Amino acid sequence: MTDLAGLFIRSAFVENMPLTLFLGLCTFLALSRRPGTAVGLGVAVIVVMGVTVPVNHLLYQFVLAPGAWTWAGLPDLDLSYLRLLTFIGVIAAAVQLVEMVMDRYLPALFNTFGVFLSLLAVHCAILGGSLFMADRRYDLAESTVFGLGSGTGFALAVIMLSAIRRRLAYADLPGGLQGLGIAFIITGMMSLGFSTFAQVALP
Amino acid sequence: MAGWTTVTDPILRQNPVTLQILGICSALAVTTTLAAALTMGAALTLVVVTAGAIISMIRAHLPSSIRLIVQIIIVASLVIVIDQFLQAFFYEMSQRLSVFVSLIATNCVVLGRTESFALHNRPLPAMADGLGNGLGYSLVLAIVGSVRELFGQGTLLGYAILPTVEQGGWYEPLSLMLLAPSAFFLLGGLVWAIRSWRREQIETPEYSLAPTRDAGT
Repeated sequence: MTDLAGLFIRSAFVENMPLTLFLGLCTFLALSRRPGTAVGLGVAVIVVMGVTVPVNHLLYQFVLAPGAWTWAGLPDLDLSYLRLLTFIGVIAAAVQLVEMVMDRYLPALFNTFGVFLSLLAVHCAILGGSLFMADRRYDLAESTVFGLGSGTGFALAVIMLSAIRRRLAYADLPGGLQGLGIAFIITGMMSLGFSTFAQVALP
Repeated sequence: MAGWTTVTDPILRQNPVTLQILGICSALAVTTTLAAALTMGAALTLVVVTAGAIISMIRAHLPSSIRLIVQIIIVASLVIVIDQFLQAFFYEMSQRLSVFVSLIATNCVVLGRTESFALHNRPLPAMADGLGNGLGYSLVLAIVGSVRELFGQGTLLGYAILPTVEQGGWYEPLSLMLLAPSAFFLLGGLVWAIRSWRREQIETPEYSLAPTRDAGT
């Protein structure tokens, strides 16, 4: 149990997706102008990562990993080079499914967050989460926790950045720094702050 | 000549990273050394040129409802080929780039260019556009990569430029340059520099100070 809690904290803070691994930066910078949209994006990422990482784990373990077809008499078959295509397919399908379920049962929420869901089909952090899961050989419980933790880390970072940018809207910046430039520099400072989490001793 | 500006425009005037906010994810993660940055740039350029050509060739037969899926599958297949190639011939480099080569598949530069350019143009201009964007992306990566490697380790492409204290020289390496935050600061500075030089790229602020009414009295 402590292992899983440690993994959650590590994936949310120490290995924060946008700030230390540089994943998902496109949406991180593009959709962080207002806190409202940032909250929507964050929630959508948590949901989609919490669903896709374990599903991809099951697929990888039972279909793609080397030796997965031993029971069928094909012990040498190694389909792991197909993992990229499979993961992308699963993510796109999961996004579509989450969209449809939300539209049916939670229409109010769908109207607020729906736009962000379709963006997530090609989101580096989500695909990166699945690829890291395959590289590091997590088991099912670990990959669920890893997916939720990474999603939480992303949500936290994007909400923080949007809050800071909101304040900066009134600042009198030099022209060249307006918008993207200052966003990079704030992200750098947040990343500097998050790098202190690397010193945290985890079980 | 129209074809030529398609190549040269994205390198500085319409740079995918610093102006269009595309493909930043991988642009930062692989820039601790110049060699990794150049490999990544070359891989991405190859993917975006080939994907542009293929998608432009089949654009007339592509129903718009499934075009996104088809584009993703084409791009992902190209990325798998490159990933396998790197693993076969440049194993050490592929270990260092780890998942970031695979992440070219979701790199917004590729999908952004195929979606906005290759779908509406003939194969040759589409390839030229891909080449220009790939080169613009590689240029940013190379700049960030060379600064980080030079000041972080005192080397460029593995050759010692600034002799470090460890090897009996005078240069004390800046270890900050090897950490994540430095990449953000460098890219922010680069955006600032480009926009100060090319003032038409400056974003209009959402709010600005009202002119003081009693000026001059």
